Amino acid sequence: MDILTGRLTRLTAANPDTDAEIIARWSRDSHFWRLAHTDPAYPTLEQTIKRKLEERPIDRQGFAIRTLADDRLIGLIGLYTIFWPQREAFMGIQIGERDYWGRGYGTDALRVLLRNAFEELNLQRVSLSFLEGNERAKRSYENCGFRYEGRQRHAWAYDGRRWDELFMGLLRDEWLIIANDK
Amino acid sequence: MLTDQLFEGQHIRFAPPDADRDAERVSKWTHDPEYLRLLSADIAKPLSPGQIKKQYEELDKDAEKHNAFNFAVRLQEDDRLIGFARLYRIEWTHGTGSVQIGLGDRNDRGKGYGTEVLHMLLRYAFDELNLYRLAAMTVEYNTGAIRFFERAGFNVEVRRRQAVQRDGKRWDVLMLGLLCDEWKRAE
Repeated sequence: MDILTGRLTRLTAANPDTDAEIIARWSRDSHFWRLAHTDPAYPTLEQTIKRKLEERPIDRQGFAIRTLADDRLIGLIGLYTIFWPQREAFMGIQIGERDYWGRGYGTDALRVLLRNAFEELNLQRVSLSFLEGNERAKRSYENCGFRYEGRQRHAWAYDGRRWDELFMGLLRDEWLIIANDK
Repeated sequence: MLTDQLFEGQHIRFAPPDADRDAERVSKWTHDPEYLRLLSADIAKPLSPGQIKKQYEELDKDAEKHNAFNFAVRLQEDDRLIGFARLYRIEWTHGTGSVQIGLGDRNDRGKGYGTEVLHMLLRYAFDELNLYRLAAMTVEYNTGAIRFFERAGFNVEVRRRQAVQRDGKRWDVLMLGLLCDEWKRAE
């Protein structure tokens, strides 16, 4: 079994030469941006993204999500902060290709990332947060076993009102029970 | 009229961080594991004055980007450094940030200095920086910090289960929050 391959997707290194153009296109989708980032929506140049992809800092595990069917880049996923002594990491996922929203691709990639986090990196805990009202994300996280841990009230401002930031976490023991059931 | 003083309190004052003057003293604090473990979940380790200076340079970089505001806390009576206060991880479009306070010497704790520091830090965050909300983070074993922030109006909002392991036990990390409106009502 390839630990980075799921049922619908596989996680690969992003290719700066071919992927930057696609990610730059996603950055022009402001709704997508707001779900994926907390800084203001702002179109990004292909060259800027290319440079970032080339850096590949070793303290974070970033992957490109590709479909198994046709190897198409549909999103990005990663552990962006790892506290090694505590073995806790924060994760993020974004599916830039809207055609692949709500079809199980994100959840599949998430499971692959979690398997890698708990069974290769041997983390103790994975944490995440997301925007209030993002039901698609919430369902996907719950399906992977994440539990709700609280909300930062009014943490974000969009469209003239405040929105909560919701937090979830998944412990190693909880993951292993789920993984062994499958 | 405008508030008369932002940096002068009754017993303490906010001064700019001064690595040349304070590195030696701050380095001494890092030899106290209890202090470090109450302060954060980062790895506790003693730092030399030279390492402290480097740390201060890093803090300066954040300050230059206006993502953070760092203060040295000094006593009014003899100008002695007793700790630090900072606002960091500021996201300007959302008007949010985080607070952290440390009093390095245990003899300076329990005298009300911390309460005064927090009061001044919140005033600075809400009345000068015009932030909308603040967060504070602590580990569940630090019951003193939880009470300290709750007394100032913070609410526990998030409990990251078992996020910290120390002395063979796993502990929750608590994230507290305070909205500007709540603070104004309490003032």
